[in-house]
Amino acid sequence: MKLTPKFATLLTLSLLIALTPFFFPSGYYYRVGALIFVNGLAVTGIVILTGYAGQISLGHAGFAGIGAYACALAPVHLGLHPAFAVVLGAVVSAAMAWLVGRPILRLKGYYLAVASLGFGILVSMVLNNERELTGGPDGIDVPDLGLRGLLKDMGLTLTNGEFWYFFGGLCLLVGAWLALNLYDSPTGRALRALHGSEIAARTVGVDVARLKLHAFVISAVYASVSGSLLALQNKFVTPDVAGFMHSIEMVTMAVLGGVGSVLGAIFGAGILTLLPQVLTVFAEYEQLVLGLVMMLVMIFLREGLLPSILRKLRGTGE
Amino acid sequence: MPLSELLQFLFSGVTVGAVYALVALGFTIIYNASDVVNFAQGEFVMLGGMITWFAHAAGLPLPLAALIAISATAALGVAINAFAIEPARGAPVVSLIIITIGASIFIQGAAQLVFDKQIHSFPAFSGDDPIRIGGATILPQSLWVIGGALAVFVALWAFFTHTLLGRAVLATSNNRLAAQLVGINTNFVMTLSFALSAAIGALAGVLATPITLTAYSVGIGFALKGFAAAMLGGMGNPKGALVGGFMIGLIEALTAGYLSSQYKDAAAFIVILLVLFFLPQGLFGRKSTDRV
Repeated sequence: MKLTPKFATLLTLSLLIALTPFFFPSGYYYRVGALIFVNGLAVTGIVILTGYAGQISLGHAGFAGIGAYACALAPVHLGLHPAFAVVLGAVVSAAMAWLVGRPILRLKGYYLAVASLGFGILVSMVLNNERELTGGPDGIDVPDLGLRGLLKDMGLTLTNGEFWYFFGGLCLLVGAWLALNLYDSPTGRALRALHGSEIAARTVGVDVARLKLHAFVISAVYASVSGSLLALQNKFVTPDVAGFMHSIEMVTMAVLGGVGSVLGAIFGAGILTLLPQVLTVFAEYEQLVLGLVMMLVMIFLREGLLPSILRKLRGTGE
Repeated sequence: MPLSELLQFLFSGVTVGAVYALVALGFTIIYNASDVVNFAQGEFVMLGGMITWFAHAAGLPLPLAALIAISATAALGVAINAFAIEPARGAPVVSLIIITIGASIFIQGAAQLVFDKQIHSFPAFSGDDPIRIGGATILPQSLWVIGGALAVFVALWAFFTHTLLGRAVLATSNNRLAAQLVGINTNFVMTLSFALSAAIGALAGVLATPITLTAYSVGIGFALKGFAAAMLGGMGNPKGALVGGFMIGLIEALTAGYLSSQYKDAAAFIVILLVLFFLPQGLFGRKSTDRV
């Protein structure tokens, strides 16, 4: 069987998810792993938007916020099962992305960055200020997904950490699989074409504005589902999930690992999720180190960590 | 009393607007010279305030402390250009955004360590007795802020239109290669732009701190509002930056006064989204075309 890059990526990812737990010294690491997968899912959406289509968003945490608060609010106020709340969040995020994206995707570069940033800040401001509904800055409880209980009834008993590790891993695999399929599809090729040159893509008949909007909406759905999973996993959510720093983290993770490849971006999510865990000893230096890492990687390893490392391993010193 | 109330909102709007205008002018200078939007611009404002407080608390007279703050921040601007922007020349926009955001987070982290996490201030330059005008009041320090913004704008205008060096900066922003061909030292132009921009940011911090107070984390807010102002006026246009700054300040103050003080920060961003939808080049921007 010929190993296409797509299957290589999915195989690597599955093996990593399945085998790493054997090296976990304690149950705490399942929790960190689950966090990496949730971030990895959001970052896979950034790969579609930034890596494939070449557009920048500094407001994707806004969509994560919509997904997270859908899981907190819809079960209580609409009586929806949390699983359907995830879907509702994704639909609302997609609709918002479509509404916001339609006018701003005509713009480029910094304009898109600042427009999306404005959107993200508006979402986080609403979450902070509408205390009656959202609980304000103190956050709000999120109901249990109920899937773990279901598995237990079927005879599979997992700790909370284990459940979210494997369920999160599964979601990430599905997300990565969809993103990789998109890459090879005609839409994916058209997206990469407009990344190369919008004008050239337009002259060969690519509907540039429509495709950018598609990429924006799809990546918003990824961010929304990621936010939902984070909320369900923690059973609690605060407006920080929609904050400016979270948006920056998403983009940084993707670009750090290598925004051109799904595996690279997930690798970046892993590193940036682990960094604060390692740095808890030096909590005072966390911001200093984060800022330094962001600058150094962008200056010296422009494609991101993973592609640079792979190139080094292959020894093609281009 | 509704008229005096309105006047009061206008005064406070013009005061914060002047600070945003200074930040936006700083953005504009760097953007013109290098096409980089420097997200660390707000940190210059923070450093201006924090260093002045620190030096003043250490016993230096206020003017000297302010001078030290502005010079040190300008030096930092030069360092950012030399160590973070220059090595990344030609990198895609995403990379440059991340680099300058990284610089911003780095400076915040350093400020936490060097100074502290408390809120600080220092005495106003001409006392704290409010001046009464038409039933409303304005602080003498507000006049310093507004005067500062206008003075910087006039000085920049004179620099860019009437000095050889200023015209060299404009030439570089127009076409870097052509500027090099006619003998302009474009590296020096870049260094100068970062120094100037950082100094203006620090000046904004020095002028505004007696009113707005300062802490290691205030930079990001100034950066976002200043950016919004620069974009509203039309990216890269100094007149646009000035007008945009005052407009964002006024919109914010009027929203806080008449609608909701919780959502005053939202006003700026709603305006930005509207401007981007209906007037993508900003109020004074040029229409851009792509060369194929």
